[in-house]
Amino acid sequence: MKFITAIFLTAFLAFSIGLFTSLPWWSYVGTSFFVAMGIHQKAGKAFISGFLGLFFLWSFLAIMKDMANEHILAIKVAKILPLGGSYWVLILVTGLIGGLVSGLAAISGSTARKNERNL
Amino acid sequence: MRIIPFLISTVTTAGLVFALNNPLPVGNTKTPRLGYFLSPQQGFWQNAESSNASFSGDVKLNGLKGKVDVYMDERLVPHIYAQTDLDAYYVQGFIHAKFRLWQMEFQTYVAAGRLSEIAGPERLNIDLFFRRLGMVFGAEQTMQRMEKDREMQATVDAYTEGVNSYIKSLKPEQIPFEYKLMDYKPEAWTPLKTYLFLMYMSYDLTGSGAKQDLKMSNAKNYLGYDAFEQLFPNLQDSLDPIIPKDKIFTKPSIVPIAPKDIDSPYLNKSASSNSVESPTTPNRNNGSNNWAVAGFKTASGRPILCNDPHLGLNLPSLWYEVQINTPTHNTYGASFPGSPAVIIGFNDSIAWGVTNAGRDVLDYYEVQFKDTSMREYWYNGEWKKASLRLETIKVKGMPDVNEYIAMTELGPVMYDHHYKSDSTHPKNLAVKWTANKAGTGLKTFYKLNRAKNFNDYETAIADWSCPGQNFAFASKSGDIAIKQQGSFVARWKNQGDFVMPGTDSTYQWQGMIPESENPMIKNPVRGWVSSANQKATDTTYPYYLGLSHNFPVYRGVMINKRLSVMNGITPMDMQYLQNENYDVFAEMAKPVLFKNLVVAKLTTTEKKYVDILRDWNCRNEVNAEGATIFNAIWDSLEQVVWKDDFQNSKSPMPWPDGSTLLDNLLKNSNYRFADNLNTPNKVETIQEDVIEAVKKASVYLEQLEKEKKLEWGIVKDTKVSHLLQLPALSRLHLPIGGGKNCINATTTAHGPSWRMIVHMTDETEAYGVYPGGQSGNPGSKFYDNFIDSWAAGKYFKLLFLSKENATKNEKIKWHMTFTNG
Repeated sequence: MKFITAIFLTAFLAFSIGLFTSLPWWSYVGTSFFVAMGIHQKAGKAFISGFLGLFFLWSFLAIMKDMANEHILAIKVAKILPLGGSYWVLILVTGLIGGLVSGLAAISGSTARKNERNL
Repeated sequence: MRIIPFLISTVTTAGLVFALNNPLPVGNTKTPRLGYFLSPQQGFWQNAESSNASFSGDVKLNGLKGKVDVYMDERLVPHIYAQTDLDAYYVQGFIHAKFRLWQMEFQTYVAAGRLSEIAGPERLNIDLFFRRLGMVFGAEQTMQRMEKDREMQATVDAYTEGVNSYIKSLKPEQIPFEYKLMDYKPEAWTPLKTYLFLMYMSYDLTGSGAKQDLKMSNAKNYLGYDAFEQLFPNLQDSLDPIIPKDKIFTKPSIVPIAPKDIDSPYLNKSASSNSVESPTTPNRNNGSNNWAVAGFKTASGRPILCNDPHLGLNLPSLWYEVQINTPTHNTYGASFPGSPAVIIGFNDSIAWGVTNAGRDVLDYYEVQFKDTSMREYWYNGEWKKASLRLETIKVKGMPDVNEYIAMTELGPVMYDHHYKSDSTHPKNLAVKWTANKAGTGLKTFYKLNRAKNFNDYETAIADWSCPGQNFAFASKSGDIAIKQQGSFVARWKNQGDFVMPGTDSTYQWQGMIPESENPMIKNPVRGWVSSANQKATDTTYPYYLGLSHNFPVYRGVMINKRLSVMNGITPMDMQYLQNENYDVFAEMAKPVLFKNLVVAKLTTTEKKYVDILRDWNCRNEVNAEGATIFNAIWDSLEQVVWKDDFQNSKSPMPWPDGSTLLDNLLKNSNYRFADNLNTPNKVETIQEDVIEAVKKASVYLEQLEKEKKLEWGIVKDTKVSHLLQLPALSRLHLPIGGGKNCINATTTAHGPSWRMIVHMTDETEAYGVYPGGQSGNPGSKFYDNFIDSWAAGKYFKLLFLSKENATKNEKIKWHMTFTNG
């Protein structure tokens, strides 16, 4: 349950802080950190929930944009980066990058807590 | 707290964020800031426009006088209805920015020599070139002059305010795609930027002189004047000038006198110098076509005007369609994002179109400085003071570069001991260019937008100075006309074709040709006017027009040939004519090739190609193999004939025109230049040259055939490139025929950039298409949606609506309102 809550909260807070678009794109480092601090999980689990929270959020948002756009821009960007012109790969990379940063921040959050055993 | 894991993860997080927040080197390029760029709430995903996005909305703009309605049609063309002219330009600025902001700004970065600021040191050379040519200086001169004209200043100010209102309304995540890709932000628009953009167009259309005069000087010095004159002759046998040959010109009011010493130092008639290296290949820009036919040649009895300016084909397109309707005028056409008003178009009474005049309006003078401080230069027997203009170039990731340009009476010193090229070292060259002088360009279009008849047209273009243009005109009242208008130098023969001595005033411009003596014709008996960048007149015109090299011949020949036999013309006929792929140059050159070709000396493969060429109908269609073969053989022939004559030049030289070789082969059976200088014991004939050319071309053609690339459309490989030259944002391998000598002058990266046909019936009937789309956003379906129609030679019927009709026309999809607030 904690695990699911952490994923959901990570995603929700990242989305909320993301609405303030004049803040840097990585502002969710802070929210993911505090979620991991607040919802107590082992570092490994914290990483996975932090990762998945942003992976789902960013992939979902990207998919919404991409579908409405009929892949026009994603295919072009996937040629520039270069990712072989595949919008799926681009969505995946988007999710991975968002997730990786969030997951690492969550480890920091988890390890920032007082050292408690058997968690 | 577990210190060590905490520290490790925190440092890793920071490191990853840092890496994703900065451009990373990959191969020769750098990635965007990946974290930012991929962030769905901030990065490029925000630019992925929904395919059923609505463009309706209510916008508050501070300072609008009344309500402005903008109806967007299904092609995303805005139809602007305003109570005052200034409100209309305010909203035009807003709309241009809304759909084309990045492009507008990028073009002015190029013009102002500021590319290094956003793209880094590799663009510094381009920046230096534009700064030293005096682009910023010229834009400043124009701005100062326009500030004295209240009407124009108010127009440009309103437009500027519109652009800036849009920029201010942008949230960070809404900035155009390319800003995110290159990681910079839009800055405020200024009137100077509008003038910089217009300066850029002047450069695009007259700036070829900046390189050509240097190359021509090299050629003249290397070959000697006599050989030069044979390779770059003043006559073109096929020329059919813009003004029909029977026109009688008035006596010139200025007769420029050539300096007495012209033969030795300037024309260099005795000596020729020697140096080593091959010439650069020629890359001549296309020109444009325009024509208007009188009512007695059309089916409706009303004139039809056509125009297709040929420019570099880019995305986002240079053009943006718009209708502007106010109590003073109702005008539709192609506008420049970056400038108010319509540039090529029509209103309720008239239509106009432009082609480039191609006249030489840029000269170099060799300046003698006292020393390298460039503070004093020798002029008319005394040391004169030069001021130094400082141009500071910001370079991304590097310290600023300060350029000092000496300003002399002759113009800015473009090349000096510090900025030089192979062609200029060790000379100091001042550039004198009409575009550097204060112009009133915009005012001409402003007036044309409102013109009601021939007199208004004449007044509108009378002040036009640079770039020289052929303004074609047609009115609903039945007049047609064309005038070559610009500020042109009254030159003695060859004045300014080469670098001129600048130590005294003898080589200076002696005056400008009065506007009233510029070539013009109204309602000619033959029933049409036309231009295709050919020379404006035959030799009876009392002024020197410049080297023939500046003026392509064959499109003009073809247009006039067709129009002379056409009657009962409809707009549909004009659509076919603008897309005509017939190559009249090939028609004339083919018999010469075959006359000089001894088929017995060819192999089976070579014969095969020659047979295809023989059967070819001279049409440069997409699938025509004959067109590929003809061009390959002709290019090889030029190489065989000219290359040995140029091979020892160490500085860049121009390549003689196709017409020069063709004219000579038509006239002479033993052409002097047919001989190969590398075989001193033998005199080659043109027959031998043709055989060699066919053999050379066949090697190349065989290779093409193996790769299944023999069809003309595949070899020509027309593309419309994004301004950043990124293939992913460009449209490549377009199936379109044509060529440089066809009316459809589409080559690899140049071509008809806006095709327009206007039928002057009571209710105007107009057609148009350009290779692009109304949106500059690569993430929009309107980014490139006209390109397929353009390539197929299809047109859109232009919606020219009264406000009342706009509210109920079924093709109107969106409605924007603008009110003060």
